[in-house]
Amino acid sequence: MSTRKIRVLVAKPGLDGHDRGAKVIARALRDAGMEVIYTGLRQTPEMIAAAALQEDVDAVGVSILSGAHNTLCPRIVQLLREKGMDNVLVLVGGIVPQEDLPRLKDQGVAEVFLPGTSTEDIVKFLQDNVKPRD
Amino acid sequence: MPETKESSSPAETEREAWEEQTLKPALERHPERKKSFQTVSLKEVERLYTPADTADLDFAQDISFPGQFPYTRGIHPTGYRGKLWTMRQFAGFSTPEETNARFKYLMEQGQTGLSVAYDLPTLMGYDADSPLSEGEVGKCGVAVSSLADMEVLFDGIPLEQVTVSQTINAPASVLLAMYLVVAEKQGARWDKISGTLQNDILKEYIAQKEWIYPIKPAMKLVVDTFGFCTDHVPRYNPISVSGYHIREAGATAAQELAFTLRDGIEYVAWGVEAGLDVDRFVPRMSFFFNAHNDFFEEIAKYRAARRIWAREMKNRFGSNYERTLAMRFHTQTAGVSLTVQQPLNNIVRVAIQALAGVLGGTQSLHTDAYDEALALPTDRAALIALRTQQIIAEETGVANTIDPLGGSYYLEALTETMEQEALEYFRKIDAMGGMVAAIEKGFPQREIQDSAYHYQKAVERGEQVIVGVNKYAMTDEPSEVPILVIDESVRTHQVERLEQTRASRDAGAVANALDKLRMAAKKNENTMTATIEAVRVYATLGEICAALRDVYGIYEEPAF
Repeated sequence: MSTRKIRVLVAKPGLDGHDRGAKVIARALRDAGMEVIYTGLRQTPEMIAAAALQEDVDAVGVSILSGAHNTLCPRIVQLLREKGMDNVLVLVGGIVPQEDLPRLKDQGVAEVFLPGTSTEDIVKFLQDNVKPRD
Repeated sequence: MPETKESSSPAETEREAWEEQTLKPALERHPERKKSFQTVSLKEVERLYTPADTADLDFAQDISFPGQFPYTRGIHPTGYRGKLWTMRQFAGFSTPEETNARFKYLMEQGQTGLSVAYDLPTLMGYDADSPLSEGEVGKCGVAVSSLADMEVLFDGIPLEQVTVSQTINAPASVLLAMYLVVAEKQGARWDKISGTLQNDILKEYIAQKEWIYPIKPAMKLVVDTFGFCTDHVPRYNPISVSGYHIREAGATAAQELAFTLRDGIEYVAWGVEAGLDVDRFVPRMSFFFNAHNDFFEEIAKYRAARRIWAREMKNRFGSNYERTLAMRFHTQTAGVSLTVQQPLNNIVRVAIQALAGVLGGTQSLHTDAYDEALALPTDRAALIALRTQQIIAEETGVANTIDPLGGSYYLEALTETMEQEALEYFRKIDAMGGMVAAIEKGFPQREIQDSAYHYQKAVERGEQVIVGVNKYAMTDEPSEVPILVIDESVRTHQVERLEQTRASRDAGAVANALDKLRMAAKKNENTMTATIEAVRVYATLGEICAALRDVYGIYEEPAF
């Protein structure tokens, strides 16, 4: 059997509706051969963790531009870990001030991609960091 | 593009001679920098524009004079020589107290109109104490949950003298009601106050996606504000039909133009259907466009917008009334064009975009602050943004004559191309049964998503240059800029006021007012009066929107 495709949940937590980034990323990951599930808008951390479990994903890409990242992102990581998804990578993309980066990473976010990031860099990060599974 | 001209025309013969004798040897010596030159919308740009590109235009019919049909050159006979555009900086963050202080500061610095940014809970119709509001209160704008917050927001700001624009959509009728009650408490007369409500729900389903109710009842609420304002607040603009967010979501300039104007036509059609008189409510409709990086493309877009609107109001709705035909619009520089990298470069981008808005004849302008790709603007960044407009207005001389770029072969040809592209979209959308039907099919949403993706790919291939990002990037950037941080104490403060409000109001009156609102919605009556009554007894935004949700339900975005 060929290697399993990387499966990614693209998630949009919080009240913000700006989904340009989430949709561009979802399409770029698909074009790179990954399987992508997009949650749609206004998902709570609980809904995102449940979807990640149900879809058996390797990574969750969280798109957030509203400034609520310090509240929402750590909770998503925590819920994933509580559900036993220890190896699921959590990536964050959006408007996140530089000084918030260390804290997010301490709380288990694998990487934060700031505005101006190439979609190719995100593809490469996933290819390099998702642990191969049988 | 115009049809190929007969090769015997003198201009064409001269052009051929120029190409053969002058251009060709030059190209042989020095090839051009690239094979293809494109606008920021990825549209091909010709090497040179000549009279042949504007030969199909009729001066009187297509270009004409300012203040005259079809208003290509502007709606005022004196351009900016009579009155400059309104400098209207969008502001709102944290608590109503903080935003009130920022408003007063901006006015002291010479700003001529106010514009309120609300936070996400307010935009979505949730109170600050809703669980869904956690982490979001005061972050993207000011938090307003009830009339008590609105009273603080406009404390000491005389609403009969200042025009206020409110960026609010799904719950717009509620915020309008709060504004009217605050004005009334100040002693201002409703027939004297002016301002603008964004209230453009169609572009929410298309682009910004801050909706509450399904499309049709949401359109009904918009039409309610048209009817109410026409009768009671005649100097108020109850809608600002917005292309800004459509563009920010990834649309090309032509898509922004087409979808915005077709949205405008949809609102007019719904107003007419509800029995309103076109020449009473359309004059108070205003528009709102983006100002992106491609200088000429943007100016062409504004000129085409006025021309299309005038023609559509005449042809579709039979109006001959000047104020119905003349499109007024606000412009904001493109937030999406700002970069986190080397943020001071944004000051230059904003200045050039703002200049395009001015050369396009905007009625009011917001210039973004250089730090807006990072966070909401600091006082210092907000001040430079305002000063940018003042420099354009008072130092550059561009406001000295009307439509100074009119007659440019390139600009006139581009204006015409823009109009034709928009009309092609109109034909498609009309064939689908109008804009509401097109949105239900996901048509504009898909068009915009495709454009956003193609643009991203063009940036990644280096075909679209972003200075400091995909060219001239620096590994060691100069010192960072300070940013505005909104902490969680804002929510605590807002929740406290909300609790006080709930404790001190007449609970029976609130329940009664909400029942009346539900009844008005069920009976398909105009909901504005009942909304005002609910606001007056301090029913909260969340309670009022919940009452309407009881009747209307909620919108679920189709998958596409």
